[in-house]
Amino acid sequence: MISTVIFASLAVYSWKILGFLIPDRLIGERGRLIAERMTVSLLAALVMLQGFSTQSDLVLDARAASLVVAGALLALRVPYIFVVLAGALVAAGVRLLGL
Amino acid sequence: MSRQVISTSLSVGLATGLYGVSFGAIGSAAGLSVPAVMLLSLLMFSGASQFAFVGIVAAGGAPITAISSAWLMGVRNSFYGLRLNTVIGPRGLWRMLAAHLTIDESNAVSAAQEGLRDQKLGFWLTGGAVFVFWNTATLLGALAGNLFGSVEAWGLDGAAAAAFLGLLWPRLKNNLALAGIGALVALVAIPLTPAGVPVLLAAVVALLPIGGKK
Repeated sequence: MISTVIFASLAVYSWKILGFLIPDRLIGERGRLIAERMTVSLLAALVMLQGFSTQSDLVLDARAASLVVAGALLALRVPYIFVVLAGALVAAGVRLLGL
Repeated sequence: MSRQVISTSLSVGLATGLYGVSFGAIGSAAGLSVPAVMLLSLLMFSGASQFAFVGIVAAGGAPITAISSAWLMGVRNSFYGLRLNTVIGPRGLWRMLAAHLTIDESNAVSAAQEGLRDQKLGFWLTGGAVFVFWNTATLLGALAGNLFGSVEAWGLDGAAAAAFLGLLWPRLKNNLALAGIGALVALVAIPLTPAGVPVLLAAVVALLPIGGKK
């Protein structure tokens, strides 16, 4: 298992270092725009993945409540750390109540 | 240097630490040894890839599936690297270290800053803070895995979802349509495609001329 972990880590690192090795002149304004769009689109997908999925299934559970509360707090400009803490408290609270 | 960058970086580090505990606990619940879980946090150091890896292992998937899922999940780091290379312009060993610290959080905090100086500072501080907190938390989670019972009872999975939403939030103003399409594509793809593919499809959305800026 250790060698599998090391191999997978190298595979992930290969993406990271690749971005730093491609020359700046090959990127340009269009490349920068794509990188920004990529960040937004992937973060949106990760919110969905982390909020509404288990393995390969869509689910609606306590994490949905976490996201609703987190969204409301972010709209109120509450600092990031409290938003994340609220995410944990809400999910734990909803499950404690057995909802 | 701006105090706001320092406080944001530390907050992000603390917040990721919170769900680093959940990663450690999930990893050991998946049957990985404590050293294997720690190696993932130290060497792979990319939350979504790590969660993908242990998710496949927990489901009894083959090593090659675990490796390729983690790898596919990491593709976005290339694009962060493209941006960060122009912002930071690291050389030699610094470049290798910068690449290692290139993750959702360090890129997001850096990109949210106004001046170049704060963008650099935001990257290094956030990358460093997350590395320290994430690894400490992973160790705690892995060791206490059985004590915790379930990460769900503690809401640690809810914290992870809120953390990603918090990173996305400042970018929504200019990219609402794009974020909506990316989210929708991921939702549709989750039940239909293997782990890792929904995120890749969202990456494809970013390359298409849809959900245009502003």
